[in-house]
Amino acid sequence: MFAYISRRLGVLFVILFGSSFILYNLAAISGDILESLRLSREPNAQQQIIALTRDLNLDVPPPLRYFLWLRGILGVFIGSPDFGLTRTQQPVINEILLALPATVRLVTAATIIAIVLGITIGIVTALRQYSRFDYAMTFVSFLLFSLPIFWVAVLLKEYLAIQFNNFLGDPTIPLPWLIGLSVASGIFWAAVISGTRARVFQIFGGVFALNFAFLSFLSATKWFANPSIGPIGIALLSVGVAYGVTQLSTGITNKAALKSSLAMAAIAVALYYPVQWLFAQDAKAIIYPLMVITLFVVAGVVPLKFTKIDRGPIIRTSMISAFLMGLLLVINELMQTWQPYMETDAVYFRPIPTVGQVNALLEPGNFWMSLLDALVHMFLPTLALLLISFAGYVRFSRGTLLEVLNQDYMRTARAKGLTERTVIMRHAFRNTMIPLTTIMVVDFVSIIGGAIITERIFGWIGMGTLFNQAINTYDLNLLMGVFLLTGFLAVAANLVADLLYTALDPRIRAGSGGK
Amino acid sequence: MAFRKDKAPVDSELSGEQAIFNKETEGLSQGQIVFRRFVRHKAAMTSVFVLASLITMVFTALETKIGPWTIPGWWKHGFEELLDLRTEGCPPGIVGCPTIDAVPSFIDGTGMGLGMHPFGQDDIGHDYFAMVMRGAQRSLYVAFVIGTLAGTIGITVGAISGYFRGWIDSVLMRFTDFIITIPSIIIGSVVGYHFGNLGVGFLAFYLGLFAWTGLSRLVRGEFLKLRELEFVDAARVAGASNRRIIFKHILPNAVGVIIVSITLLMSGAILLETALSFLGFGVVAPDVSLGSLISQFQDSFTTRPWLFWWPGLLIITIALCINFIGDGLRDAFDPRQRRRLTKKDKENAKVQARNAAANV
Repeated sequence: MFAYISRRLGVLFVILFGSSFILYNLAAISGDILESLRLSREPNAQQQIIALTRDLNLDVPPPLRYFLWLRGILGVFIGSPDFGLTRTQQPVINEILLALPATVRLVTAATIIAIVLGITIGIVTALRQYSRFDYAMTFVSFLLFSLPIFWVAVLLKEYLAIQFNNFLGDPTIPLPWLIGLSVASGIFWAAVISGTRARVFQIFGGVFALNFAFLSFLSATKWFANPSIGPIGIALLSVGVAYGVTQLSTGITNKAALKSSLAMAAIAVALYYPVQWLFAQDAKAIIYPLMVITLFVVAGVVPLKFTKIDRGPIIRTSMISAFLMGLLLVINELMQTWQPYMETDAVYFRPIPTVGQVNALLEPGNFWMSLLDALVHMFLPTLALLLISFAGYVRFSRGTLLEVLNQDYMRTARAKGLTERTVIMRHAFRNTMIPLTTIMVVDFVSIIGGAIITERIFGWIGMGTLFNQAINTYDLNLLMGVFLLTGFLAVAANLVADLLYTALDPRIRAGSGGK
Repeated sequence: MAFRKDKAPVDSELSGEQAIFNKETEGLSQGQIVFRRFVRHKAAMTSVFVLASLITMVFTALETKIGPWTIPGWWKHGFEELLDLRTEGCPPGIVGCPTIDAVPSFIDGTGMGLGMHPFGQDDIGHDYFAMVMRGAQRSLYVAFVIGTLAGTIGITVGAISGYFRGWIDSVLMRFTDFIITIPSIIIGSVVGYHFGNLGVGFLAFYLGLFAWTGLSRLVRGEFLKLRELEFVDAARVAGASNRRIIFKHILPNAVGVIIVSITLLMSGAILLETALSFLGFGVVAPDVSLGSLISQFQDSFTTRPWLFWWPGLLIITIALCINFIGDGLRDAFDPRQRRRLTKKDKENAKVQARNAAANV
């Protein structure tokens, strides 16, 4: 194993060396970094040219200059890497360190949501193969596959941001929308659950009525102007979470798991006001990690009261429930920040921005306000990225699960008399996750370099923007800095993916060719 | 590898679904089976039809120059022709609105028709329909060049490394890894930004040189699997040359994987070209592509949305059609893929089983 990893790492460095050399020379012959200065009429243009030539070694021909650059990079082994200077004589590493967090924030959120949603829908479509829902999702995912992101982005800006902001000015839902949304969700759920024709109509009717009543209630109380979940909502949702998670994780018949999840729900409700008080203290940031740790400790200890055997799955169930309930409390807090946020002068009732990563006019200091601000700024770009990558996960998880469902061990599992839940969640789902994991790793990394268009449209300054700027100004050091990072991450991700594959699937032997 | 007919069920044990499928494929060659399955895929067949009509329309709309000959197009304006900006009939303050009217006369009384400028005009009077047609030509052309070039390179590299294995395989696969690390958008940007004026053909050629990596890995995997099968051994024992084994024995069996990934490559190429043109690295003025049109008019969306809708809709239609055709081909080539049985099929099967039982 060690030999395998070291050999792969060796190859990795050779590859990075080769491709960086090619790229450096490609970029160098494509244009002259001094061109704009030569044409400039500034009095000190000549001095600037001399200074840049000295700082960037422009008097050395590109193939040799590459090695000067490489020497700086290799300084990483003696602890002092030198990525060189940009065209404006800033250290490249500083520029990258400024841009990287924005890109990571953007990509992480979009990827995680795409994975969760995509896999869920992919699995449902596979379990309901050839149903109407399956056909509809196939069409939707192909449609999303075919969408140019810049086109979607403009539409999102117009319809989601501007129109939604208009809507928030007067947060009552017009009747056609009420009916339309209710019909849509009725059709969705009827298609997902499916069954005999009578049952489909029952589900449709039920969901439609519930949705209609719920939305009318929200609309009538102008909930969107001042949203919150409230203690009753938290109680209902927590119990729902407890049942749902237990059903998926251990099965509802496992009384100990259900009891500990419900206990977590009770704790969540009991803590509603204390947690709010704590959130409002605007304390040091250290308190939040402490709260998360407490959450998991409590979730790990409570189940011990209910069972003495088979503790693992039960603790897992209660931890997942507790995590989701904690998330509910956080969302609730964010919702309560909504109205004060809207009323600030910086926002003034137009909360969904179409460009930028933070609202510079907003007064800093309030943790929840800044968090909410960051989230609304992430909303549109994340959605655009999400729409594009979501389709891939749906298709892939559907295909993989269908393949797994055809395996002999699935028949064996059913023949043993295991419940359908166990068969699907333990035998099918886990085996589906093996190839999915490796795809996720590669995907996650490739978006870091690939969010160029999204960043540009939504005015974010991330890695893509740096890269774009580097090409437009022939800034070699900046270009290579960005490339080195994204290229290294891409190759490393492939290695990690292969290793994960070996770890997850005992049938694959590392270094045995294949894959 | 698939479609073996020697395992046809003899007795009524398999007389369920299997019997229906076997009955359908009896006495057909692999090509015929694949073709039949493809024709049955409704979405794919619709896509073939839509795409074919679209291609015909797009490529005959404008006049084309091939060498010294000029073939006139059926549309009256060229994409570079400067015309008077039309203002009548437009909302106040807006020029060059579209004249297409798809609402029949019994509803709004004006009747259906294309009018002078069906998609409207741009800021200085170019006919937008002609521009969109030109853009679609460029995009389709890029997709075709990239598909062909990347397809050829990918198949060659994958086939050689999968078939010969050993050091050739290592070298070629490391070379592939090396190309993979250079993101195609970087190549497109570097090349397009500085050589964009050399025309769209050059851009497509360069992108094609870097777009084959995924395909070559797939083809290599197929070749590694197929070369171990008995029929390849048989061919070798019979004295077939390497070339003959590759082209006559292995390649036809891998053709499903290849065709499917080339279609995906093409739809990806359309999106890549539009993305590059959007960033300003792809097709440059005075030539237009669908991406550059969207990029140019994205700020006009609130006032003149049609400038934005038409190129976008065309991109989506083309990419969607190619994707659906790819899906249809995948299903057609996949031996395990079965169509859903209709009620009629099941009825027929029951009747057959009953007859068989009666005959015993």
